[in-house]
Amino acid sequence: MAEPSAIPLPFAITLSAATSRSNHTGAWRTERPVYVDLLPPCVNACPAGENVQRWLYHAEERDHEAAWRELMRDNPFPAIMGRVCYHPCQTACNRASLDEAVGINAVERFLGDEALRQGWTVTPPESASGYRVLIVGAGPAGLSAAYHLRLLGHDVVVRDASPQAGGMMRYGIPTYRLPRDILDLELARLLDLGIVLELGRRVDDLPTEMADGGFDAAFLGIGAQLARRAYLPAGDSARILDALGVLRTVADGGAPLLGRRVVVYGGGNTAMDVARTARRLGSTDTLVIYRRTREKMPAADVEVEEALAEGVRIRWLSTIAYAGDGAVVVERMRLDEAGRPEPTGEFEQLPADSVVLAIGQDIDQSILSDVDGISVVDGLVQVGPDFMTGRAGVFAGGDVATNDRTVTSAVGQGKRAARQIDAWLRGQVMAAQQPRRLATADRLNPWYYSDAPAAVRPQLDAARRASTFDEVVQGLDETTAVYEARRCLSCGNCFECDNCYGMCPDNAVIKLGPGQRYTIDLNYCKGCGICAAECPCGAIDMVPEET
Amino acid sequence: MRAQREGSQAVALTVARCRPEVVCAYPISPQTHIVEGLSAIVASGELAPCEFVNVESEFAALSVAIGASAAGARAYTATASQGLLFMAEALWNASGLGLPIVMTVANRAIGAPINIWNDHSDAMALRDCGWIQLYAQDNQEAADLHILAFRLAEQLSVPVMVCMDGFVLTHAVEEIDVADQELVDRYLPPYRPRQVLDPKAPITIGAMVGPEAFTEVRYLAHQTQRQALTVIPRLADEFATVFGRRSASLVSPYRTEDADLVVVALGSVLGTLAETIDELRDDGVRVGALGITTFRPFPTEAVRAALRDGQRVVALERAFSIGSGGVVSQDLRVALAGMDCPLSTVVAGLGGRPITRPSLRQLITQARSAPGDPTAGPQPLVFLDLDRDLLAHG
Amino acid sequence: MAVQRVKFYQTGSFAVGNRLLDPAMRSVQSDATRTNAITSGHRACRGCGEALGARYVLDAAMRATGGKLVTVNATGCLEVFSTPYPESAWQVAWLHSLFGNAPAVAAGVAAALRAKGRTDIRVIGQAGDGGTVDIGFGCLSGLFERDDDVLFVCYDNQGYMNTGVQRSGATPPAARTTTTPVEEQAPGNRFGQGKFVPFIAMAHEIPYVATATIADLRDLEAKVERAMQLRGARYLHVLVPCPLGWGTDASETIRIARLATECGLFPVFEAERGEVTDVNPIRHRVPVEEYLRRQVRYRHLFEPTRRDDLIARIQARADANILRFGLLDEKES
Ligand SMILES: Cc1ncc(C[n+]2csc(CCOP(=O)(O)OP(=O)(O)O)c2C)c(N)n1
Ligand code: SF4
Ligand SMILES: [Mg+2]
Repeated sequence: MAEPSAIPLPFAITLSAATSRSNHTGAWRTERPVYVDLLPPCVNACPAGENVQRWLYHAEERDHEAAWRELMRDNPFPAIMGRVCYHPCQTACNRASLDEAVGINAVERFLGDEALRQGWTVTPPESASGYRVLIVGAGPAGLSAAYHLRLLGHDVVVRDASPQAGGMMRYGIPTYRLPRDILDLELARLLDLGIVLELGRRVDDLPTEMADGGFDAAFLGIGAQLARRAYLPAGDSARILDALGVLRTVADGGAPLLGRRVVVYGGGNTAMDVARTARRLGSTDTLVIYRRTREKMPAADVEVEEALAEGVRIRWLSTIAYAGDGAVVVERMRLDEAGRPEPTGEFEQLPADSVVLAIGQDIDQSILSDVDGISVVDGLVQVGPDFMTGRAGVFAGGDVATNDRTVTSAVGQGKRAARQIDAWLRGQVMAAQQPRRLATADRLNPWYYSDAPAAVRPQLDAARRASTFDEVVQGLDETTAVYEARRCLSCGNCFECDNCYGMCPDNAVIKLGPGQRYTIDLNYCKGCGICAAECPCGAIDMVPEET
Repeated sequence: MRAQREGSQAVALTVARCRPEVVCAYPISPQTHIVEGLSAIVASGELAPCEFVNVESEFAALSVAIGASAAGARAYTATASQGLLFMAEALWNASGLGLPIVMTVANRAIGAPINIWNDHSDAMALRDCGWIQLYAQDNQEAADLHILAFRLAEQLSVPVMVCMDGFVLTHAVEEIDVADQELVDRYLPPYRPRQVLDPKAPITIGAMVGPEAFTEVRYLAHQTQRQALTVIPRLADEFATVFGRRSASLVSPYRTEDADLVVVALGSVLGTLAETIDELRDDGVRVGALGITTFRPFPTEAVRAALRDGQRVVALERAFSIGSGGVVSQDLRVALAGMDCPLSTVVAGLGGRPITRPSLRQLITQARSAPGDPTAGPQPLVFLDLDRDLLAHG
Repeated sequence: MAVQRVKFYQTGSFAVGNRLLDPAMRSVQSDATRTNAITSGHRACRGCGEALGARYVLDAAMRATGGKLVTVNATGCLEVFSTPYPESAWQVAWLHSLFGNAPAVAAGVAAALRAKGRTDIRVIGQAGDGGTVDIGFGCLSGLFERDDDVLFVCYDNQGYMNTGVQRSGATPPAARTTTTPVEEQAPGNRFGQGKFVPFIAMAHEIPYVATATIADLRDLEAKVERAMQLRGARYLHVLVPCPLGWGTDASETIRIARLATECGLFPVFEAERGEVTDVNPIRHRVPVEEYLRRQVRYRHLFEPTRRDDLIARIQARADANILRFGLLDEKES
């Protein structure tokens, strides 16, 4: 270029670059954008309190270890959870309003399995707190509590009456849903943290055991192990079993005699589990009988669907009026005006070699009977919001204290109880968490998300599966798992898509760098609101300026 | 190099020796021969690297020159008449931006009625657009003024129009000395722009200026243009040194010393006027002429210095302000303030009408015999050779 | 088309940035070191689409040319809001001459660079729709037919906004402007008038013509990049909604641009040497009403009485575009 001469630039009509920055257009603003972090519906729905969105975020980046570690902050059993959880997160997922919910559970399982393949572990703190906690029951609630207490630096001893650890995860869930090698590996990793496990060790006298063992606190996670018996008119030769007993026998390697034609009575997940187990034990004709309609069935949809796919038949709006030798008499029900089932007086006889009752479980109160301060109401141990029973230092959670009756819920209760126990031991009160606003679907700007239907987890062929206890649902490969993770919309939380940064007509959004998100330069932000309108995930609020 | 050539050709050759980097033009009589000449020179490769841009209008022609100049190139264009008016907006812009473009105006009347012949209506209409205006008396001056114009424009960062009478000069063939390249190079250094569009040092050229500074911008433009009144004589002297012949400067007096009447004029008519004066002098009539070469900025001091109290002044104008009167006269009146020089205005040579020696003789004779009472009030505007028969019967 | 359709990365190619993408594939606007050709402190209205469009185009061009860029700007909002003395918002070499001569001035700059052997420095001319399709049109056509090495960008906000929202040759039918008021007989701008300069540009058979909107950043950037790969006269026509002139909420600027394409009224395509080479298919088709309803300039189509006849005529225009350009994938059409 020609070199400019020494004559000064023309006055006023020629200007130096970027001098406009002295004009602070922020003064025009009547509203300002504010970044918010809202509660994603999946997180809101997760009984274990997992930060689903956060671990998906890492998985999106293929940083599976970080994802897994994020998961492990809330749940010590990703591989188990990725198989047995009924994933209320997916029911709540906002993506369902676009195409289909994100396959959160499948990704969780991938991460859990990946951790087992890679041998990832977590480490407890070096320093010990000096406190000792007794955990009664090696089921999901007890082990979850043990895990979190151990990570908080406490000495933890777990006692369980059964010969093996796992509680319902081992004795209630069939292996085709949860292979035992997976269960064993996750349990082993947990115990490796230095948790003392004492099996075949039924705790009958809690106060004495606490005193003898020098425990500062105890957590009761004994579950609800007693099968509920309903009155069922039955002939002498009728073969009536309870679902838990059947599942437990199978878990122990036995094969209960059910016959070819099996009637299962009940509509919960256990009913489905036992019906499907019956199919695998050789039942050619498996019928579930349930009082109410399909919509009212407490069993998870996936369980019902898989059971049907495997040839289980279900009769809704029916009760068993009588169980006899080789047959049951079934009465048809109808819904009254309030939607409750009422008898019709129409009966039908159906062949049945055995009847399996799956109508609920109760807690074993024997251990609690003599303990002062612990009260049981409607079959549940009563605890406060801090999970403490009426007896100081004794906490309870899981099936023993709630009717949720899922592994996930138990794991969540174990975690929350552990945190309360820790606070109590240290003489602190846990601050109540500020409720977070929910990231609702109407805040999303879905234009920006790719069209991407859910990945389908491969399943074992239905014909084959009815005859084997091999795992039915297979895992996702890495590519598919990442794909699925990336379907996450990151509802209500910035995922650094740069829309605000790129679409501000005033360059008033400052990008802080990977993981650091953005900040608004209020010197220049005119408050147009484009950033908020075009934020895909609704993570920006426009807030009126106070004038 | 001395040779018989057409004025346009001489200008084209001279402009080429000034090494323009971008030449753009749109054809209009009587400018066409200049740009045709230049396009031939550029096409020959002789001027490389020079770009000749054939544009779609005069507005575009000057706009291309503006862009080229702002990008640091020496830019040239030429036009006339309608074309100059079509450029009007861009003229102001070029000067406002301080871009040292040089443009030849082959002066021509403005329609309607459309008329391709010479007068000064075009350039006079745009006398206030911030450009320096130089008027050539003959083709030697026309050619030489372009060299001076580039030097002047670039020194002050102000665009310059070199005005030459259409046809009368542009199409006249005479002996003209076109400056040697070597001498031009010695006189005219390469262009060093005062500001340039440079990605490495980005500046904003052409900002919007409001009431808070607009007056100051215009004040500075005025001051800058007025500097030309000292610069031009120096450049003219230097020109004489380098090229060995005199150059036009601000004004050119002809036999004014003892004249009792001085005719002030611009452009080629000064040649005819000189011949007429010589004839009248032979008859003992003391009359002179004052040629104005630099019309913008107006050389007030030089004019005053060239005239004396008691001299009668006739402004002979090839354009006028309809409804008012002479244009040059306005400036003269201001310049002569406080001097005892009665001024009258004669409009002549419109739309190509020849200004003949007999007419001039008659004009001067009449003017000298008219009562010279400055208190007599405004003189009526005189139209030379006005054909009253035509008005009455046409 | 030149844009690489990003595979599935959560937001695919629709959002400005994507942390999951290879850095080389990320948009210019997502780059923390982008030029910000027009920087903060400019005086464009809240939510101005033109301010955004200019930054998108010039930042992309700066990347494509390695910073060797000079720009020429016509009079109009963009010029006025960016350079009121004593403040300039530009961080690129920038020249403003007049309203109607930007293409010619840009041609002059290109000629100078050619003469100086600096063709590594590239030239962009830019103007509003008025400066492009109306007053600057003669110069633009000259630029095209001479095939000067300039990318000329029209920021189309469908009216003379800087002077207070008057009608231009790019104002669409039925739109209310201050010179096409809504009267009983004359409901806004007349049907059957106006011009679509991308077609006229194509008729010049210049190397490259494209349309784009500020709602599809990656497409816009890819087009600028493609344009900068080519030499000669190139034309980019960018739809930039104007909250003031269109009567839209400042926060809706991008959405409006998106709806303009999704309803078919503004076809997004590119052409080389006069032939259409690619079109951006409509992703989620919407009726024109979705687009019109949000703009005060079309309010008279809905209030006080609904003008189904006029809405249908506008829909017919959209449908014609969809047919002409094949804007719908097979599955939808
Ligand atoms: C020769 C000329 N005529 C009219 C104007 C007044 N004027 C300045 S900007 C403008 C409108 C600009 O419209 P457009 O080019 O569409 O740009 P926008 O402001 O809409 O972005 C007008 C009419 C002018 N500056 N120059
Ligand atoms: S009038 Fe329209 S184009 Fe002009 S600054 Fe405002 S929003 Fe932008
Ligand atoms: Mg406009």
